[in-house]
Amino acid sequence: MTRVVTLKIDDIDATGREDETVLEVALEHGIQIPRLCALEGLTPVGACRLCLVEIEGTGRLLPACTTRVAEGMVVKTNSERLRKYRRMTIEMLFAEGNHVCSVCVVNGRCELQDLAVRLGVDHIRIPYLYPKRAVDASHERFALDPNRCVLCTRCVRVCGEIEGAHTWDLMSRGIDSAVITDLHTPWGESDTCTTCGKCVQVCPTGALFEKGMAVGEMTKRASFLATLAASREDGR
Amino acid sequence: MTRTKIATVWLDGCSGCHMSFLDIDGALLDLADRIDLVYSPLVDRKDFPDSVDITLVEGAVSSEDDLAKIRKVRAHTRTLVAFGDCAVTGNVPALRNSVGAESVLRRVYLEPDLHAPQVPNLVVPALLNVVKPVHAVVPVDVFIPGCPPSAKTILYALTELLDGRMPDLSNRTRFGA
Repeated sequence: MTRVVTLKIDDIDATGREDETVLEVALEHGIQIPRLCALEGLTPVGACRLCLVEIEGTGRLLPACTTRVAEGMVVKTNSERLRKYRRMTIEMLFAEGNHVCSVCVVNGRCELQDLAVRLGVDHIRIPYLYPKRAVDASHERFALDPNRCVLCTRCVRVCGEIEGAHTWDLMSRGIDSAVITDLHTPWGESDTCTTCGKCVQVCPTGALFEKGMAVGEMTKRASFLATLAASREDGR
Repeated sequence: MTRTKIATVWLDGCSGCHMSFLDIDGALLDLADRIDLVYSPLVDRKDFPDSVDITLVEGAVSSEDDLAKIRKVRAHTRTLVAFGDCAVTGNVPALRNSVGAESVLRRVYLEPDLHAPQVPNLVVPALLNVVKPVHAVVPVDVFIPGCPPSAKTILYALTELLDGRMPDLSNRTRFGA
């Protein structure tokens, strides 16, 4: 049987099931924690590091999306230290890719852009790296622009866990990491892709988009995911 | 009342931020009573003045000329404002950075089937290999992101600066706005 635990999140008395994460319980109590990789309905992986929180008695910061709640836990989600690290993380994400909001299909509806505003990032203090990354527009309906990819792996997870196709995966390590289709073959030649478009809808930036969209024209609709995941859990 | 000395300059930009500035329309008349526009692409003056209170810089630093200009501007300005996305992030001019200036010049001037193709090298300043945002070259005091920042945002920021306050631009503009 799953027990209920009580804990403190930002001085609010909170309760949650012991199999829930800090992020889930925080959200249930109306506390928002910045995040780019966590998405309701997908297995959390702790990739983006934006949801790092302070937990009393633990020296290091832990991602709220992969940390289970425990009885008596005292969590801080919005200290000056956390805000400082989150701003740094956002700046590093901007510096590592080629994010040019003004010419992006999701300009105005991008999770990375929104977080920059929310966290008060008005310029990038570290040097931009300007990597050279080729666009894959070989798919008939969708395209991948890796210049805008933050490696959240939502596409990898939704494709594997929900669609069951596992077309997407990660290649290489560190700064060379990239999302790829099949065994790094063009998306349009993929034998496994079902053209369902789930990856496009859950992508937090303009890295995956529908062809034929101009600047600011694309709206992502990830809401199908929670419904789909919940109905599968119920065995419906 | 002493008027605040204002300058505006453009480096590698499209002048869209200046156009957005002009879009404050009627408020320009109120501003005119409080400022002295001492230097601007819209003003007939060749040299940057010695001492300016506030300078708005549109555009990224992308040529030898931009580099010399921004250093001079910084040396003679009290409050330097990175005005718009090109100045703040590099934006569209910086798109060429992943391939380099030479490759862009080659593509535009040498590869097309032109009569006597040549890369322009007289009068026009040499391009820098890497386009930089203003703060990567000189210290910047205020950042106004946006492509372009809205007229409302510009008026707010300028009014705050004229009143001696630092504008709080969070939630008023964003990259790409």
